[in-house]
Amino acid sequence: MNTVVETTDLTKRFGENTALNGLTMTVPQGGIVGFLGRNGSGKSTTIKILLDVIRRTSGEALLLGEPTGSVAVRRRIGFLGEDKRLYPYMTVEEIIEFTRPFFSTWRKETESRLLRDFELPRNCKVSSLSKGMRTKLGLLLNLCRHAEFLILDEPSEGLDPVVAEQMLQSLVQQAADGTTIFFSSHQISEVEQIADHIIVIEKGRVILQGPLDHVQQKFRRINLVFDDPPPAEAFRVDGVDHVSLQGRTISILASRNIDDIAALGPLLAAKSVEVQPVGLKELFLEKVRER
Amino acid sequence: MILRLNPSSGVPVYLQIVEQIKHSIEIGALEEGDQLPGIRPLAEDLVVSPNTVVKAYNELERDGVIRLRHGAGAYVSESNSPNSRRCRIKDASILVKNVVEKLRDMGLSDEQSRRLFEAELMEEVSCR
Repeated sequence: MNTVVETTDLTKRFGENTALNGLTMTVPQGGIVGFLGRNGSGKSTTIKILLDVIRRTSGEALLLGEPTGSVAVRRRIGFLGEDKRLYPYMTVEEIIEFTRPFFSTWRKETESRLLRDFELPRNCKVSSLSKGMRTKLGLLLNLCRHAEFLILDEPSEGLDPVVAEQMLQSLVQQAADGTTIFFSSHQISEVEQIADHIIVIEKGRVILQGPLDHVQQKFRRINLVFDDPPPAEAFRVDGVDHVSLQGRTISILASRNIDDIAALGPLLAAKSVEVQPVGLKELFLEKVRER
Repeated sequence: MILRLNPSSGVPVYLQIVEQIKHSIEIGALEEGDQLPGIRPLAEDLVVSPNTVVKAYNELERDGVIRLRHGAGAYVSESNSPNSRRCRIKDASILVKNVVEKLRDMGLSDEQSRRLFEAELMEEVSCR
């Protein structure tokens, strides 16, 4: 598997504060990777280290196979930050004209398509654009470059549903053209929709990573209904991640031995046994609560 | 062919695409030799990663449901013999009708029956 990002034991301290605490992750080449975590979990710090905006305290980080900070690599990646900083005094047209010559890989056809799809007003000053328009302009400037690897820090933050969907659609188009997309988000539903790979971090560490369909097929919710529920200890078996009791129902989140755990139901005289898939939101909440 | 995905169901999106395309063939919305949308247009239309569509199409090809012609797109296989499939679906729908009638005779509400069906089908999915 080719990788675009590989970090090993990445640690970042700000004084007393530990932002990253041994973060080890791999981003495979090709496709769309969702980078999930709560506020303050270390998403932006990770991205800033990859972009060499801040320095790591310890550990390793490779970007397109090279140590972060290499100018040659910086040329091959695109980045759209949360603040979408753009020159406020330029018009949409001017900022496009200004940016285009910096990149030999710029595609005019992408520029015209996105100008049309995003309905950007060519002659308006950047300073007068709404947040949604500014995001679309920032995206356009990045997408026209057709970089090998595009990093986006919470691109959908503060966007209305229509603009958010346009944004996601443009990321799908870019991925189809061969760019690897890596975007941070706490919109679990959009990650479930467009990502094919996920990395979930909490308190500066990776708590879940892999192809999204593998993650979805690995975890199951097993609900067992009893007349007289046995103690939760009866379910402390291999593969069980979490057990909760709600009235007569024992609800189990499991990642292995699903069939064996479900088979405990009849053994312990359960009235009903249900095995269900687990949505990413539920999984995320359980995994974060565990810590 | 109309695909409606439910990404937060916990069922992988590629599997939802596979199941819905199979269903489209069973009900005759897709017939043998019909061309399926290309990977790129379908990914854009559904707003899912192109890798997800690739995975779904590969799975459908492995199951013999579609043929992938390099650079020329995906087609519903002739071997699907949609007629025999449709016959099977017709037989099955009679079977389901009888079961539903019996459940109603037993005094179950449709909602209760639906839940039982869904629980049974869920189990099937989880055992794979």
